[in-house]
Amino acid sequence: MRLAHQFAMESDLITADCIEATEFPELVTEYRVQAVPKTVINREQTIDGALPESYFLDSVLSAANPPESGQEA
Amino acid sequence: MGLIGDDVATEIREQLSAMAAPVKIVHFTQELNLEYGRETRQALEELTALSDKLSLDIYDFLLDKEKVAEYKVDKVPATAIRNGKDYGIRFYGMPAGYEFATLIEAILDVSKGESGLGTETREKLRQISQPIHLEVFVTPT
Repeated sequence: MRLAHQFAMESDLITADCIEATEFPELVTEYRVQAVPKTVINREQTIDGALPESYFLDSVLSAANPPESGQEA
Repeated sequence: MGLIGDDVATEIREQLSAMAAPVKIVHFTQELNLEYGRETRQALEELTALSDKLSLDIYDFLLDKEKVAEYKVDKVPATAIRNGKDYGIRFYGMPAGYEFATLIEAILDVSKGESGLGTETREKLRQISQPIHLEVFVTPT
């Protein structure tokens, strides 16, 4: 969890929410959270589990900028 | 009776002694219909008392609409950790158990004003051109 907050500190474009799953069951259902930690990126992409810094970074960057979506609206 | 026991309080006070600059905890609550809301507020009040570099602002999710909009919170209990700048660090729900340690880490990082990330990571993050919203789901254990 700390990594996401560190990312938010480093970039003005990143916001990071730490969400206590048991208190927000409707979000757990919406995002199909079955195990924690689970990271949801821009409400679409997900990362399961805790990753080391460089892997988490690559996952976040590629999820935020999927190669095919460049031309989409 | 306190939510933070004496032993833990001593430990946290020790950790918070490493704080460099003041940090503000901004908490949004809603008195009605909140199972964990009251405990979260109490835990934050007890935490704030453990360092003179910590301050706590409390707002009502329904009444303080300007602040709700400013911090872009869409559910409660919500907690932002900031210094003079709001970095976009949020906690939703009660930061208990392991997540309490995450809260302390966020306070210490914000107090230092440094993310503590590696050089390479920081360079890559600087190249981001559109907003990224990370929602990390956790449980207290």
